Amino acid sequence: MQMVDDMSPADIQCDHCKLPVPAGLIEPDAEHQFCCTGCKSVWNILHSSGLENYYAVRDAINPDAQRVSSTQSSYEELDDPAFQSTCVENLPGGYAQTELLLEGMHCAACVWLIERLPTVCQGVVESRANIRRRTTTVRYRPDQVKLSDVAAALDRIGYAAHPARGAAAREARTKEDRKFLIRVGVAGAIAGNVMLLAIALHGGALEGMADTWKTTFRWYSMALGVLSLLWPGRIFFTGALAALRMRVAHLDIPIALALAVGGLWGSYNTIAGTGEIYFDSLSVLVFFLLVGRWIQHRQQRNASDHVELMLTLTPSSALKVNDDNTTSRVPIEAIEIGMLVEVQAGASIPADGLIETGSTNLDTSFITGESRPMPAKIGDEAPAGATNLRSPIRIRVTAVGDSTRVGKLMHLVASASGEKAPIVEFADRIAARFVLIVITLSIITLIYWTTAADLQTGIELATALLIVTCPCALGLATPMSMSIAMGRAAKAGILVKSAAAIESLAKPGIMILDKTGTITQSKTTIVESRCPDELLALAAAVESHSNHPIALAIADSIDEQDRPTATNIIQAVGSGISGTVDAQTVTIGSPNFIESIHPLDPNTQATITQMIVCALTPVVIHSTGLGLGLGLGVLGIGDPIRQEAPAAIQALQSAGWDLSLCSGDHPKIVSTIAEQVGITTAWGAVSPEGKADRVRAFQSTTDRRIVMVGDGVNDAAALALADVGIAVQGGAEASLEAADIYLTSPGVEPLVKLVSLSTHTMRTIHACLVFSICYNLFVAVLAMTGIINALIAAIVMPISSLTVVAMSTRKWKG
Amino acid sequence: MSVLYIMIPAALLLAALGIGAFIIAVKRGQFDDLDTPALRAVFDDDETPTKPTQSDSQGTKQDSA
Repeated sequence: MQMVDDMSPADIQCDHCKLPVPAGLIEPDAEHQFCCTGCKSVWNILHSSGLENYYAVRDAINPDAQRVSSTQSSYEELDDPAFQSTCVENLPGGYAQTELLLEGMHCAACVWLIERLPTVCQGVVESRANIRRRTTTVRYRPDQVKLSDVAAALDRIGYAAHPARGAAAREARTKEDRKFLIRVGVAGAIAGNVMLLAIALHGGALEGMADTWKTTFRWYSMALGVLSLLWPGRIFFTGALAALRMRVAHLDIPIALALAVGGLWGSYNTIAGTGEIYFDSLSVLVFFLLVGRWIQHRQQRNASDHVELMLTLTPSSALKVNDDNTTSRVPIEAIEIGMLVEVQAGASIPADGLIETGSTNLDTSFITGESRPMPAKIGDEAPAGATNLRSPIRIRVTAVGDSTRVGKLMHLVASASGEKAPIVEFADRIAARFVLIVITLSIITLIYWTTAADLQTGIELATALLIVTCPCALGLATPMSMSIAMGRAAKAGILVKSAAAIESLAKPGIMILDKTGTITQSKTTIVESRCPDELLALAAAVESHSNHPIALAIADSIDEQDRPTATNIIQAVGSGISGTVDAQTVTIGSPNFIESIHPLDPNTQATITQMIVCALTPVVIHSTGLGLGLGLGVLGIGDPIRQEAPAAIQALQSAGWDLSLCSGDHPKIVSTIAEQVGITTAWGAVSPEGKADRVRAFQSTTDRRIVMVGDGVNDAAALALADVGIAVQGGAEASLEAADIYLTSPGVEPLVKLVSLSTHTMRTIHACLVFSICYNLFVAVLAMTGIINALIAAIVMPISSLTVVAMSTRKWKG
Repeated sequence: MSVLYIMIPAALLLAALGIGAFIIAVKRGQFDDLDTPALRAVFDDDETPTKPTQSDSQGTKQDSA
């Protein structure tokens, strides 16, 4: 709570979000200051509900966290019966329960606040937050409160709520996760108990032990060991069977082989009362392998949960225009052909349609990849997925759902995903050779010892060989290294959905980049300025009255408080704007427009030509009042290249990657940008289908891995088709779904990090493999020569497993 | 030594009970979310709403209406 009098305006912070309060919003008489009405309403809600502890809690926990603020939507669409029937669960006693995804939940203070929802919203009984998935499960009384009011209440305390769709799929996944965890737990408990019995047995073997006790312990070991193989260990057998049926190599095959032979021979020995029983080694093996898989499973689930949240944040409702000219919010599924739909400025278009009223600019980069806004007037087509940039329009719907352009592209994505050759995981490729070698060695051992001694010894040693060479290092080290890599990647803002993608990125291949989001800042700004500062300030004052992207770029170049005031604004649609500032007439527009009111000297003409060559849009400013040479200026507007992009691209190229640029933008822009960052191959004006064709063409000519990096729906098919698809921040729903990896921060640098991490991870896995092959060779020789016994196997096996785990945590200098 | 005839089954029974309890816990979702409970424990539950000053509460009511 700041006292206004004794502070300069710059020091005044918003009482809610702690950001500086803009000069125009400071209320000198008020005790509390806010930077926006959103913050103000959140602050008021918290205080009127006795929840002001939030501020103390928040500052104690995470003083620098980004603040939340309210969007003030109405959430009517949540009360639609169609939505309610699929997403809301009715509980006995008149309660209902649903899950909502929340934006902006990030720390303990958020959890605290969200779980206090019943204090803010009458009729809500309970709110349980989940910080990892950024959701809250709300239980409420539908007879007392509407779901839309619940969502609005969450919004008012600063967390924009979104319905969590796909409840059934999520429930199935939760069940699967739980089953997995139970298997790990059971395998661990059994392994521990069998080990206890084994210690008694091995100790007894050294010290001498009565036969009755020995038999008892062996029978108990067998009971537990068989239980471990049949219950938690069953997934290895089912996995191996499935792999055999599909005739593909899989790591489960050698594991299942060792488990089956060891289990059978151990049981025979127990019943017959001779030889070794191996159940201690087998149950520990099952436990370790399951732990490795579970860790990897969790890491992958984390990444896909995050992506799912991103998917849900895309709009799911539309404003329907009723017969009486009022509008009501309906879920996107309820839109039909022929309906009139209103699209607010800044909203995305819910269905293909023709514009009936209003004219605006549309951002269609989502679909076509063309980054310049397209002007649209009455009668023009408005494709679903495009963003309405300037003013509200009403469209008559011509196509919905699957028949829209976006819908058709989505089909393309689905079929491309099916076409993609699955990457055979490294461990599985090795497993195929591994099985062959181990089986050959076992057969040799069996035959040799059967002829040299007897069948009993032959089977004994062959079994020992199979068990001690069980590919523990591969089964454990690969998932461990992969999940560690995924964890490290997630910390760097890279979400990896499939482990195979990391492997593919370890070897340099061909990388196709989309321009926006990676190389450029995907923001229209002034790239080059040949304009005096005084003149720019005047231009900014005039341009602040327009919503055109170029106008915004010019207006934003000058701070709001430094802009003079402009009057008499006259807009000439599509060519320019003029206004009066400080008694001067300032005109801004395209070179042709300015030339019609004021002749341009050759010098200025040359500057304009040069800017066009550099793929910039020239904008000329003319003022009547300034001195000689100061009344005319030229600005080059464009999408500037990220500063770090050239260096990062060079890093990738020196690592052996072939880079090319592929964009829906104008070919000239694309080739200029490619030249500036040092990429030799560049294609412009490529259609979405064309991008997929490029990937296909590459795949037919080379064996190297094809990596596609993109962000829009226009890239989705290519992302799905490529060996590794990488979606970039701000991307469209379809690209998220199609991609294997999602970068939460834009730019090329994450790519460099990702490649370095992949190389590091594969090196670690190779090191583990070399270690375990040496180890396996050593014990295989021991087993074949008849030196090894169950005690040595029981001791050496966990040690080797722990060694590879320790190796897989090797540091990465990223 | 013959006490082992009772002790081993007893030990295994205890292990089985442990596994049973673990399975019930997992099925009830106690391991579904391992991150939030840690954050939840940070605060005491007894909220003591400090009394808002007179001007404060009035301003609040008007704004939230």
